Amino acid sequence: MDIPISTLTLGTGLALLLIGIWGMLTRKNIIRMIIGFSLMDTGIHIVMVSIGYLSGGTAPIINGAVERATALTHVVDPIPSALVLTAIVIGLGITAVMLAFAVRIHASKGSLSIKDCTESKW
Amino acid sequence: MIKRLLILILLVLFARMFYDLTVHYQEPAALSPLATHYVAEGPDELGAPNLVTSVVVTYRGLDTLGEVTVLFLSAAVVGLLLALGAGEGRPESAAEPSASSELVQTLAQYLLPIILLFGTYIFVNGHLTPGGGFQGGAVIASGVLLLFLALPRAGLRHGLLALLESLSGFGYVLVGLLGLVLAGGFLDNRFLPLGDYGSLFSAGAIPVIYTLIGLKVGTELSSVLERFKQ
Repeated sequence: MDIPISTLTLGTGLALLLIGIWGMLTRKNIIRMIIGFSLMDTGIHIVMVSIGYLSGGTAPIINGAVERATALTHVVDPIPSALVLTAIVIGLGITAVMLAFAVRIHASKGSLSIKDCTESKW
Repeated sequence: MIKRLLILILLVLFARMFYDLTVHYQEPAALSPLATHYVAEGPDELGAPNLVTSVVVTYRGLDTLGEVTVLFLSAAVVGLLLALGAGEGRPESAAEPSASSELVQTLAQYLLPIILLFGTYIFVNGHLTPGGGFQGGAVIASGVLLLFLALPRAGLRHGLLALLESLSGFGYVLVGLLGLVLAGGFLDNRFLPLGDYGSLFSAGAIPVIYTLIGLKVGTELSSVLERFKQ
């Protein structure tokens, strides 16, 4: 049986997304929750890139390797790649802010467990 | 117990949904109409071989400006949060960070200029090869991280970093406005000559924009790293 590579990467990305959600929901350590978020983020990026893939396609850079005349059938979709570039940077920014919050929580409570942050629990 | 059960149900439902998505996924047979336009007309319109760059910098330039803004905002929030906590709660046990081994220090001294040069290469060639401002900036910040690992007491000059960051952000918006006045619209790159297709100084304002983005991202991430170090 022949499985297209985009289906494989799609499945991998969605599996990574599931692992990330599981990590965020079940872990008690804040750092591990942040790692779960990063896994989920990476999974979403893989899914987005694999949606833009066309069989046999190469990077959308039109130079000596890809002729102008045949480019339309030989390159992958550049739009998801550009979106993922944006998403990676924004994920990085969010992760940095979450880590800064973790540093603050550790400084004020002396622990990284979510169970010690009970003030804002409903 | 109930909570665990709920989490399990949620994960099973998600897995069911993702399973269907994966199994019934049909790879598109051709590019979408918008992507077809970008691939067919992009090299002539903007003069940049790397189409991802032309989408990021010009066709979707406004999104990239927003992205740079988000990054700036997160750097500011990190700085604010960590500066608020700097005065209090710092236990006395947090002694001076121990210096790393001589091997790491020597290697860092040799590698740092090369890493910075490589980062610059990546963002200057962003319109020709895979790469661009964000990637180049991240490479530069990784060089700074190596510096901090090797010499934990090294400091950056905040004034210079802040000046460089603000100037490049200002320059980015200025280039966008020049495009609005001199060419077709905001962040249009065609107010500079497109030049020879595939050479370093080509594709109008794209190399200028990516250089500014690279400087901005590099300095921003470096200052975020330094704030975490303190």
